[in-house]
Amino acid sequence: MTPVPIFDAPVSALRRALDEKEISSVELTNIFLDRIEAFDPELNAFITVDRDRALAEARSADARIARNEADPLTGIPLAHKDVFCTEGILTTCASRMLSNFVSPYDAHVVSLLKQAGAVSLGKTNLDEFAMGSSCETSYYGPVINPWKPGTIAGGSSGGSAAAVAARLVPIATGTDTGGSVRQPAAFCGITGIKPTYGLISRYGTIACASSLDQGGAFGASAEDCAFLLSSMTGFDTRDSTSLDRPVENYAAIIGAGAPDAARPLDGLTIGVPRDFFSTGLNDEIRTAVEGALAQYRALGASLRDIDLPNVRLAVPAYYVIAMAEASSNLTKFDGVRYGHRAAEYADLVDMYCKSRSEGFGAEVQRRILTGTFVLSHGYYDAYYLQAQKLRRLITGDFERAFAECDLIACPTSPATAWALGEMSDDPVQMYLGDIYTSPVNLAGLPGLSHPCGFNAAGLPIGLQLIGSYFSEARLLTAAHRFQQATDWHLRRPPIAGSAHIPDTIDK
Amino acid sequence: MPLSNEQLMRLARLARLSIPDDKVDITRKQLDSIFILIAQMQAVNTTGIEPMSHPQELAARLREDVVTETDCRTAFQAIAPHTEAGLYLVPKVIE
Repeated sequence: MTPVPIFDAPVSALRRALDEKEISSVELTNIFLDRIEAFDPELNAFITVDRDRALAEARSADARIARNEADPLTGIPLAHKDVFCTEGILTTCASRMLSNFVSPYDAHVVSLLKQAGAVSLGKTNLDEFAMGSSCETSYYGPVINPWKPGTIAGGSSGGSAAAVAARLVPIATGTDTGGSVRQPAAFCGITGIKPTYGLISRYGTIACASSLDQGGAFGASAEDCAFLLSSMTGFDTRDSTSLDRPVENYAAIIGAGAPDAARPLDGLTIGVPRDFFSTGLNDEIRTAVEGALAQYRALGASLRDIDLPNVRLAVPAYYVIAMAEASSNLTKFDGVRYGHRAAEYADLVDMYCKSRSEGFGAEVQRRILTGTFVLSHGYYDAYYLQAQKLRRLITGDFERAFAECDLIACPTSPATAWALGEMSDDPVQMYLGDIYTSPVNLAGLPGLSHPCGFNAAGLPIGLQLIGSYFSEARLLTAAHRFQQATDWHLRRPPIAGSAHIPDTIDK
Repeated sequence: MPLSNEQLMRLARLARLSIPDDKVDITRKQLDSIFILIAQMQAVNTTGIEPMSHPQELAARLREDVVTETDCRTAFQAIAPHTEAGLYLVPKVIE
């Protein structure tokens, strides 16, 4: 067994150490809180850290462990993307609009993880209202990629991804509307999963685009994601789109051994959309992803070329739907019941306009304006309805593909993390980067990103696995077996090698 | 179809946003580039395709017609910009 620093231990090792009283949750929580204090000023991954509350949760977790009543995540520190409402703690959505907003209730995901006994260290930074692919639109400033100063962490859940990559927290929650879990996971060199739409309740998750938004999980490995995802899922009557299905214990499922240890993925057919590897894909990413596909083949999987002909129009269809739904969802921010209200105004309409223009940043306003346009009289059929028809065609492409394969593998993003500010003046260029992730949200399918290499500049590259509806266990199992045979998921940025407290643990 | 200043102002009014004078040109330019992107959708013939509004075909769930929520007005109004006697205060709408 290789000793690793405690802050770098997998969740399974933390669980064992807590259960065997080698460490208390209070000690563990302090280790991560100290790391946040030492290193977050460089990364800006957190908007709010609540030390007292975290330590109080850790104390009750220790009491629960002492009573032998621990659940898999009892006493394990985590962080929530600041889009999940948390009672009594600021929930900002990285917007000036909600910079004073303390939610009167917990999101369903937050309640479930509290019940599981997980210890919340705080709330992570994101693109304002989860609108962006770089975490540069945050009112609280950009998140910095732990792999390289001056580089974006990806988005919109970039704070959660950077915090896990830098080992400021073992696991973190996120949301994914068009790639917001998978793309920052790829950019920060960690694993992230967005399950089937409807598996995680959206109650208390501040909505971006309601028919696309879905919670997700970040961890250093598929196994760590499995622990978190199982505790986030479950039927909730308060979300009309929540699906009434039994909760699966993903960590137990992926932990079961394969019949043929040398070829653990024997019998698995992976579809490869060849079009995704042609124009617009960076050569270093192509090479890394092809290398990962060869590894999957070596593990027993068979590869098969597939065709997703309508996916080339996924980005425009996705943005029309996402912006239409966002413009509608964001009408609730009007300065009346909560959030920012302008100091001076002439009348009610002036109060709405001033409060919203002061409260929302430029990208949010662009999306509201575009969404308003595509929903307005005379344009609705040409844009919104056409996008919904394309959504049907794209979903049909996936249905046909899954008749021929069990999973689809492709790059997570056509680029690696870029320099801060590089795309700030060109929103469309940034939108085009969602080409491989947004079709998955249009169809409501589960998707996972895991690290599969680095470019010459030392920035991580991600591989995306896409599954059919409710195939989360299969996605996590495939990624887990890849990770058992490779070490990309064990690479750490320099900041995560900086031991603040030099304790180690047997992995 | 490039957006005119008048169209932008109309959109802003519908969206309850005010765009300062020095931001009008850049906003118009950026929206135009988004419109070029989304106009690509017109290249596909979608005649006869049923629009898809949602990834899961779900029927609305029904529940017993009973009270399930408690009164949370005090908690909800504690975070409001301006309230009085349990009411949300806004500028006068009718003289």
